[in-house]
Amino acid sequence: MSHPQDEKPDEPNNGSEGIPAPEGAANLIDTDYVIGQDNITASPLGINVDLHGKVFTFSSIVILLFVILTLALQDQMEPIFNSMFSFLTTNLGWVFLLGANVFVVLALVLIFTPLGKVRIGGADATPDFGYAGWFSMLFAAGMGIGLMFYGVSEPLGHYGTAFGGISMGEDGLRTDWAPLGGAEGDQAGAIELGMSATIFHWGFHPWGAYAIVGLSLAIFAFNKGLPLTMRSIFYPILGERVWGWPGHVIDILAVFATLFGLTTSLGIGATQAAGGLNYLFGIPASDATLVLLILGITVVALGSIMLGVDKGVQRLSQLNMVLALLLLLFVILVGPTLLIATGVVENLIGYVTHLPALSMPFGREDANFSQGWTAFYWAWWIAWSPFVGMFIARVSRGRTVREFLISVLVVPTLASVVWMTAFGTTAIDQVVSSGITEVQDAALELQLFTMLEYLPLTAITSFVGITLVIVFFITSSDSGSLVIDSITAGGKVDAPKPQRIFWALIEGALAIALLLGGGLAALQTAALTTGLPFTLVLLVGCYAIVKGLMSEPRAS
Amino acid sequence: MYKKIMVPVDLAHIEVIEPALETVADLARHYDAEVCYVGVTSNTPSSVARTPEEFTRKLDAFAEKRSKVHGQPVSTHTIASPDPIADLDDELIKAIDDVGADLIVMPTHPPRHLDVIMPSHGGKIATHTKASVFLVRP
Repeated sequence: MSHPQDEKPDEPNNGSEGIPAPEGAANLIDTDYVIGQDNITASPLGINVDLHGKVFTFSSIVILLFVILTLALQDQMEPIFNSMFSFLTTNLGWVFLLGANVFVVLALVLIFTPLGKVRIGGADATPDFGYAGWFSMLFAAGMGIGLMFYGVSEPLGHYGTAFGGISMGEDGLRTDWAPLGGAEGDQAGAIELGMSATIFHWGFHPWGAYAIVGLSLAIFAFNKGLPLTMRSIFYPILGERVWGWPGHVIDILAVFATLFGLTTSLGIGATQAAGGLNYLFGIPASDATLVLLILGITVVALGSIMLGVDKGVQRLSQLNMVLALLLLLFVILVGPTLLIATGVVENLIGYVTHLPALSMPFGREDANFSQGWTAFYWAWWIAWSPFVGMFIARVSRGRTVREFLISVLVVPTLASVVWMTAFGTTAIDQVVSSGITEVQDAALELQLFTMLEYLPLTAITSFVGITLVIVFFITSSDSGSLVIDSITAGGKVDAPKPQRIFWALIEGALAIALLLGGGLAALQTAALTTGLPFTLVLLVGCYAIVKGLMSEPRAS
Repeated sequence: MYKKIMVPVDLAHIEVIEPALETVADLARHYDAEVCYVGVTSNTPSSVARTPEEFTRKLDAFAEKRSKVHGQPVSTHTIASPDPIADLDDELIKAIDDVGADLIVMPTHPPRHLDVIMPSHGGKIATHTKASVFLVRP
């Protein structure tokens, strides 16, 4: 339904000031749609708002209802969440696994095709940001909290289950959580399998989903001149109908996916920060602490939102990158340095070796692992993808598709490998070499701190750990608000500030509601439930992005 | 007394700034000053323009139109920002030096309680520049 014959070449560069975009040849889509034409502008109580009437109204009402229902019916909601979680992962886990494979394969293939020469922002566009500058924001947005939470607990968990081997239930189904066939009694094999499985969850697949969403948004906004919102990707398929209800539905789904993906991370972050505070200072890790923590962090996030991307999110992300790097270097140096160094190479090889088996969507014998871990992760990453994708898109003008894919897919994957290897190897080494079992026995959210206890300078490193979790929480919350605000304002990035504040408050409220009304299970179910329709949306988007790229001129 | 008057304009809400534009015309004629219209746009497609290039063209056209009204020389300055809402004040303060303006005329709203958390752009700029600032109330 696209109208290639209507597309006109870019108007000539008139040499005036401002960001040159699109520079040189690009294919602007010729549409009569004016960004913000369906928006409602008003100023209730002296506060200006500028919102997409349908997308904002529908998504905010549903979310508010959800928060109220979950808080009011806490006991009734928890079993519902639990049964939905197991239904979705058991019966539809393959959709996530298959979808994520498609994204990775497409992203990898695009690197090697001539389409990789297309430049984001027009054939002559030059990059706005240096690699180092946006990488910290990209990484903070993409994984942040998760790396803190799972860096120790996941390698250790998979190692443990793999070492324990396979156990069969009476119904002939496996009751163990080991990845693939496990490695019963084989210590080296269990370590290799455990690390490979962890890296698998933090490697190409999440970044593949981010890359696809980010690339399509960037191409359709910077090269085609459409608003920076999810629906624009579907222009080649839906044509002008994309500005009507089909487009509204896509944007509303993107809002839900972002919100629930985000609150899952926020919930995990709050749980870990509360656990850490309890561990370090003896503050009781009660519901009240969690609520106070989320409220406090939301207030700081509001301050950061008022400062904007440049002075708020970016500075906090850079602070976090420095802290994370210091913590990483510390663990590498005082931990089993040699093991970690050789481990990076071994784990990379192990990851590639096990990749086909681990990513197989059908005929899996390790149902617990592939459904409970992999499918959940994929749903979570996909739910995150509009958020991270939009963020990456905004800073990637001037890069070629090939450069973009290599730096979004390959570089972060390598960073994940190093991070997971450092934290995972140190923790596993404590278990196998020193016989320390406290880390393994600790609650998930405490494993990082328990591991740090067996390294020097515990007080400092644990404090850095808690700070990292909290600051990642803040950057996620405020960059998430920016993205949701942009979607609900019809693609405007210059809508009034109070709207961002509204979404930051909603995120806090949602995280509290879900934690009280069912804990992490509720959060994870919410991410799964919204991740599912969004996987289908993205699969269709894969076709649109190829079509969009085909109509672009290629850089020489 | 004044040689160059800088006027931040919001091309999306031109009707709101009408009173300020009239003040600018009178002042420019009185001091025989050049008027520099400054626009801040996002570097993503917006309601005014789908590219910063297009934005600059629209700003130029707007300045030409105003030049016919007041007969003084005009110039324009486009600022593209990834987060125009949050960075507006800083970008405008920087633009004052970039364009070398000695008087800034801009519209503002009457004082209100909300200013404590979200200060008006005009007020903020006035406290951060050595140039004179003329805030026009609606």
